[in-house]
Amino acid sequence: MTALEVAGLSCRRGGRPVFGDLSFSLAPGELLALTGRNGSGKTTLLRALALLVPADAGAIRWQGADVAADRETWRRRIAWLGHLDGLKSDLTVRENIATACHLREEGTERVDDALAAFDLGSLANRPVRTLSAGQRRRAALARVKAAGAPLWLLDEPLNALDAPSQAALRTVLGQHLAAGGLAIAATHAPLDGARVLDMGGASP
Amino acid sequence: MSGFAALLARDLRLVWRRPGDVMVVLAFFVVATVLFPLGIGPETNLLARIAAGILWCAALFAALLSLDRLFAADYEDGALDLLLLAPWPLELAALAKCLAHWIVTGLPLAVLAPFMGLLFGLSGEGLAALGLTLLVGTPALSLIGGLAAALTLGARRGGALLALLALPLCVPTLIFGAGAVEAVAMGEGFLTHLAILGALALLSLATLPWAIAAALRQAGE
Repeated sequence: MTALEVAGLSCRRGGRPVFGDLSFSLAPGELLALTGRNGSGKTTLLRALALLVPADAGAIRWQGADVAADRETWRRRIAWLGHLDGLKSDLTVRENIATACHLREEGTERVDDALAAFDLGSLANRPVRTLSAGQRRRAALARVKAAGAPLWLLDEPLNALDAPSQAALRTVLGQHLAAGGLAIAATHAPLDGARVLDMGGASP
Repeated sequence: MSGFAALLARDLRLVWRRPGDVMVVLAFFVVATVLFPLGIGPETNLLARIAAGILWCAALFAALLSLDRLFAADYEDGALDLLLLAPWPLELAALAKCLAHWIVTGLPLAVLAPFMGLLFGLSGEGLAALGLTLLVGTPALSLIGGLAAALTLGARRGGALLALLALPLCVPTLIFGAGAVEAVAMGEGFLTHLAILGALALLSLATLPWAIAAALRQAGE
């Protein structure tokens, strides 16, 4: 059973093709790792899937329905971890994650779980500006977990994470997939159990 | 909690954590207006005549001073993506950001301006007109400035560009705002001016959130 289906997707940025005629499908419980050289279009593909960047051609379908037809429902289905962490540095870790839940118009009942999963319990009430890059990345990942969306779109999720944090991410990702979730991650490091989509080299 | 309320609360809390940013804007307004009586000297009649224009211009510059960070902060730390991906209209998010800006800038300026008007020897009714017109007129400034801030996202020297874009669009508000205080000095009422300012604010409210949202989507690509 396919949940997400991408058919013939192409994208251009600034008149230059980034990727063309890309097709893949993803079933519940599957993790897709996007690999490829710098500039091969991994981030653009993630942004196109989130409808942040318009695609030139092709379709993205969720359970058979075109996602562009109902953008707000689609946004509820995805949780986003961008190349930037998206945290406000003057708010605490907990405030950041709770605010993100409220912005999704969801409750905050999953926040404590998400904080615990990334070992952020002791940092929860610290302003984000006092955290290191890896700690911020963990807070951003906890925000993804707290969102409760079926599809996670992760841009370099392992960036700046130390070994225990990487292991925590793998555990959380495993739980998400085991519960029938889906994830697409642009990554240079191997993720176990992932199907790999090689975006190839950088276009000249 | 609705997404709109959450965003408004977040932005107000961020200002609360860093009150210096707002204080600088209000201090600029006070210092800039105080300079005029010092520079022109104790010519009470002249000062009272030009007071409205000076106070309105200073309020406009003060509002613009704080606007370049309105969307730039979210753009730089990636929080803009979360707004773009929120499951409710981006137009409401634009409105929430502008409302937060007005609460921490427009509203205190409207409260502060009548006290500054005392320095210029404005009459009691003139002071009332000044405060009321700023109260009704500054929402339009926040929205117009919000559009300029969204359009200049990612631009180098965005602050200067923002002022160039926003200032011409603020001219109608400025004319009717300053005109109200002059009308009072001439012995006329200022209700017409106030009504036109209200209409300008409503016109901005009815159109600009859509324009700001479009500019933000463009910046997010």
